[in-house]
Amino acid sequence: MTVTAYLILASVLFTIGATTVLVRRNAIVMFMGVELMLNAANLAFLAFSRMYGTLDGQLAAFFVMVVAAAEVVVGLAIIVSLFRTRRTVSVDDESLMRH
Amino acid sequence: MNGIDLTLLAAAEAPTGVSLMWLVVAIPLASAAILLLAGRAADAWGHILGVAASAAAFVVAAWAFFAMLGRAPAERSFNLGLFDWITGGDFNLQAGLRIDQLSISFVLLVTFVGTLIHIYSVAYMSHDPDRRRFFAYLNLFVAAMLLLVLGNSYLVLFVGWEGVGLASYLLIGFWNQRLDYAVAAKKAFVANRVGDVGMLIAMMVMFAHFHTLTFDGVFEQVQADTASTAVLTAIGLALLLAACGKSAQFPLQSWLGDAMAGPTPVSALIHAATMVTAGVYLVVRSGPIYIHTEGARLAVLIVGAITLLYGAIVGCAKDDMKKALAASTMSQIGYMMLAAGLGPVGAAFAIMHLLTHGFFKAGLFLGAGSVMHAMKDQVDMRRFGGLGTVMKLTWVTMMAGWLAILGIPPFSGFWSKDKIIEEAFVGTGWQPWVFGLVAMLGAGITAFYMSRLFFMVFHGQARWTDDQHPHEAPPLMTVPMAILAIGSVDLGGILCLIGFAKWLEPVTQAAGEAAEAEPVLAVPVITVATLVLVLAGAALAWVKFGAKTAQVPVLPPPANVLVKAAREDLFQDTANDVFLVRPGQAVVKGLTAVDGKVVDGAVRGIGCLVQTVGGGLSRWQTGFVRSYAASMLAGVILLAAIVLAVWL
Repeated sequence: MTVTAYLILASVLFTIGATTVLVRRNAIVMFMGVELMLNAANLAFLAFSRMYGTLDGQLAAFFVMVVAAAEVVVGLAIIVSLFRTRRTVSVDDESLMRH
Repeated sequence: MNGIDLTLLAAAEAPTGVSLMWLVVAIPLASAAILLLAGRAADAWGHILGVAASAAAFVVAAWAFFAMLGRAPAERSFNLGLFDWITGGDFNLQAGLRIDQLSISFVLLVTFVGTLIHIYSVAYMSHDPDRRRFFAYLNLFVAAMLLLVLGNSYLVLFVGWEGVGLASYLLIGFWNQRLDYAVAAKKAFVANRVGDVGMLIAMMVMFAHFHTLTFDGVFEQVQADTASTAVLTAIGLALLLAACGKSAQFPLQSWLGDAMAGPTPVSALIHAATMVTAGVYLVVRSGPIYIHTEGARLAVLIVGAITLLYGAIVGCAKDDMKKALAASTMSQIGYMMLAAGLGPVGAAFAIMHLLTHGFFKAGLFLGAGSVMHAMKDQVDMRRFGGLGTVMKLTWVTMMAGWLAILGIPPFSGFWSKDKIIEEAFVGTGWQPWVFGLVAMLGAGITAFYMSRLFFMVFHGQARWTDDQHPHEAPPLMTVPMAILAIGSVDLGGILCLIGFAKWLEPVTQAAGEAAEAEPVLAVPVITVATLVLVLAGAALAWVKFGAKTAQVPVLPPPANVLVKAAREDLFQDTANDVFLVRPGQAVVKGLTAVDGKVVDGAVRGIGCLVQTVGGGLSRWQTGFVRSYAASMLAGVILLAAIVLAVWL
């Protein structure tokens, strides 16, 4: 299998993730979209790493995973507290960032 | 460093009385501070402290004076270093006092006459709820004046100079609940400010050329000819401007008449001891500069001559007793300026006239206060008349002052004024004739208006209003008047006998001058001519205002153009208004418009622009998370597109 197939898969995954973030209102689903985008990037890293036979890309993928894990912790905490105060996780209910 | 050591040495050498001279300034200053800080708590004893402070200053000054008398004339000058004031690089300015024949003469006059005025004020201001504050200001005034005459450099002098300006402002506007009084105080302050600019310019030029501001340093370098005549002339003219502001000389004299808004003891203090004499002091003290610059000296002479006639003419037309006296002060200070401009010999007579004038003018003002006290604060002389029979003591004391200012021998004014007139006739070319005749004519006019004042107040028919019941003032007021009257009678003769001019010689440096030059007219001729003019003026005033047959209308009668002009101070206020105030206001209005439209407009415009742009941009900040995400994505795609476009 050539690297092209992996890249196509990665870009499809990325597009699905981005569309999810833009289209869905539920914060948790948006979050999942973000994770999908990150993993699409990871897939691209790994594919290139294989292609060049170096470990740099895999290293980067590990970093992305760690950062994504940390980000999930913070992001979920925000979503939980948001839900506690507003009893909803819809991001469009009110323009939160304006206030 | 050497300079400091020398001054310390001089201070160590000074006798005890002299080395305590700093107390002369410190005591009234401390008293003023206490009276102002203590507030109402000091109401009960404030006036006593005020009088005591002034009297204590006089005692210290007298002590120093007698200590000085015990030394040879050349060793009577002391430089009392107090503290290092400004130290920067190789520049070191020490705040110190200079005690010599000139300053001690002033200090004695200021403290003695000042103390009498303080005592008088105790009774005069007894009904005023703010008497304590009044005494605080009086003490401040005296302290500032003493610092002015005692400072050993132009900078220390300037501190006193400003202090005098401040104190006069506070005192002229003491009854500032009346708007016109407050305006008068402001006017005095502003006119003085113009003079202060001259003082500052003079000091800057001096510093630029001599790199020092002490009297010793400046005069040393002036004598060593380190500066060109142009520089000295500039300094001389700037100093003259300063003196004009403080001494109410032409063209800055307009504040003096309005300054009568202050309580009468203040007028006495301003006119006799403090304030207006400061300009004469400045010119005399700066004598070494004026010797070297003919132009500036001539300017002093001209200013003096103009003012002495100006004041005399205005004095003839004033019906307000205090304003007539103010005009006479202006005129007499004009005499002193004239004398100071005549050179070292004249300067000594200027100071002598200043001392005698201090006594008789203070006496006249205190007498005027006594008359006002008796007549319910009436100042219109047309409503007086015949007071001589009811107020015998005031009549006698004011008569002494009146005869003294007329220059009738042997009263004190004769000895000093006659000398000035004689000295004005000394010289070559047109100058002695012009200045001599002006001085002589001034004496005649002075005789007329002072006699007019005296006769209108004390003689002729009584023209009182129905509710006025004149009575003599209490002893606290009459005793200072009597002491000043005694001074008016004999001070001039005494000063002449003990050789006051000789005593001042080390300061005025008259000894270096050629032996006293002869006037262009013989001395007896001058004296007799002056006396004839004086008697003629007095006789005219008697016929018009004093004699039983004289009719003085209660309201000022319609008069010709000249009298009307004199009543209006020869249109000085109008001229100021047209040439200074209105152009000034126009400039201010213009600047306000520029400030409002251009400067503020630019600032507001920028603010407005930022607000509009910000408002426009803030529409993008919808607060919807997904729209932010969309714009981020769009941005990334755009960037990627650009990068690709550049690469391919």
